[in-house]
Amino acid sequence: MLKIENIKKTFNPGTITEKVALRGVSLHLKPGDFVTVIGGNGAGKSTLMNAIAGTFKVDTGKIVIDGKDITKLPEHKRAKYIGRVFQDPMMGTAANMQIEENLAIASRRGQFPTLRWSAPEAQRTYFREQLKPLNLGLEDRLESKVGLLSGGQRQALTLLMATMVEPKLLLLDEHTAALDPKTAAQVLELTNNIVNSRKLTTLMITHNMRDALACGNRLIMLHEGKILIDVSGEEKKSLTIKDLLAMFEKAAGSELNSDALLLS
Amino acid sequence: MDLIIPTISQGLLWSLLAIGVYITFRVLDIADLTVEGSFPLGAAVAASCMLGGMNPVLSIFVAAFAGMLAGIVTGFLCTKLKIPALLAGILTMIALYSVNLHVMGKANLSLLNVETVFTMFGIPDVTLSNMVLVIGAAVVVFTGVLCYWFFGTEIGASIRATGCNPHMIRANGINTDITVILGLLISNALVAVSGALVAQANGFADVGMGVGTIVIGLASVIIGEVLFGTRSFKNCLISVILGSIVYRAVIAIVLQMGMPPNDLKLFTAILVAAALSMPLCQAKLKKRKVAQDA
Repeated sequence: MLKIENIKKTFNPGTITEKVALRGVSLHLKPGDFVTVIGGNGAGKSTLMNAIAGTFKVDTGKIVIDGKDITKLPEHKRAKYIGRVFQDPMMGTAANMQIEENLAIASRRGQFPTLRWSAPEAQRTYFREQLKPLNLGLEDRLESKVGLLSGGQRQALTLLMATMVEPKLLLLDEHTAALDPKTAAQVLELTNNIVNSRKLTTLMITHNMRDALACGNRLIMLHEGKILIDVSGEEKKSLTIKDLLAMFEKAAGSELNSDALLLS
Repeated sequence: MDLIIPTISQGLLWSLLAIGVYITFRVLDIADLTVEGSFPLGAAVAASCMLGGMNPVLSIFVAAFAGMLAGIVTGFLCTKLKIPALLAGILTMIALYSVNLHVMGKANLSLLNVETVFTMFGIPDVTLSNMVLVIGAAVVVFTGVLCYWFFGTEIGASIRATGCNPHMIRANGINTDITVILGLLISNALVAVSGALVAQANGFADVGMGVGTIVIGLASVIIGEVLFGTRSFKNCLISVILGSIVYRAVIAIVLQMGMPPNDLKLFTAILVAAALSMPLCQAKLKKRKVAQDA
């Protein structure tokens, strides 16, 4: 479903702030793969996500989704294939607009907007049905502005919006990191439900090793802009945090230096 | 007493400018200074067309088209060429000063001897000032309804979402360059129509008539929002129109009270600065009050 071939990205080349973020990453995802991505600070996790989403163009390499080469497509054109949930709960929704207006925009992801009425009455029943499984009571608040919702509610809504039109690829960029532990667990459970029930091809960054091991059928660890560890299937199922740290030390030749990863 | 109708009329004609400023300042979240050039552009284009024998109604459409082009230029500068929006607006505004002089051929055109939208119907027993009120109101209602409809459509919702959260709308497949340009185009078309109507009502077009229009627009938007609310988009549109009328009333009152007309722009600027700083002042006062209570 997703084929990444040897992508490289250097920010601010030739300047004092030069930063090599991706040093040749290749990754193939089969349809229905749910891959968790971990790595220390500056390992290139978010850069990899943004490269796929098209926030910037990669220096070399190729990105193919479902047989379509999207390497040169701008961000808004890739949206047709990709659903995204951001780390910042504010980024996935338009705060000044109503819940139904946000949902209406998401229900047309990848389509050209027309002069038809944006949030017609006819869609309301459908929106309510979609909101009900979230168990947040949002189905009764269609006309509320999204800015009134909590961070967790907004992330749940963004998740619904990202998957409303079935994406070929779902990108989750540490989407529970900014939430309190209880809300984070709820949003993660919702994520598992949606991804597993609809068999969505998914790439999920997390800073939490336990989540990375518990979710999905494959795990990759990035280190200094390269994929260091790639485990899947039965091997991943039996993996513990201790195993993972040992694997990292062996592969990288040093101890893992991310406090955030170790503490969680 | 005899000032009431002209005050409301002026407020109505200028409210199209206020709606234009609302679209950029609030909807797109851009302070667009192009209006300082597109307002006199609308006046200049309409005046030149009418002096050349064109129907006054048609001349307003030509003015709107000219305003659209001005908006497209600013939009192109700030999206495709990545010039900061504020500077892009200033560049277009300065360029338009020369353009306006070219359009008019001189700095000032008188329209006293040509037919305008306000004189063309020639209904007996209706004074010119009443005619300005009626036609102004009709144009404003028509424009308001059109704006309400447009910003409720899929394209309009995309423009509103662009100003609110460009990341979100791009992630949903909308080209934000296009929506920004479209918003600026609509805004400046309205501003140019406002300029064309004001020129026809006042009987002249002047190359300097755009000075301070952005501040007048902002004053109208802020006064309207404070007095009449911002619950929904419809509410905002009505607020902005009423805000424009209240602004004219305030100006008429302070002039009646003896303020020298030369101080008008200073007064407006202070009014807007005070209104824009109000949220901060309110927050500080609240903080102090909480500290005292504790």
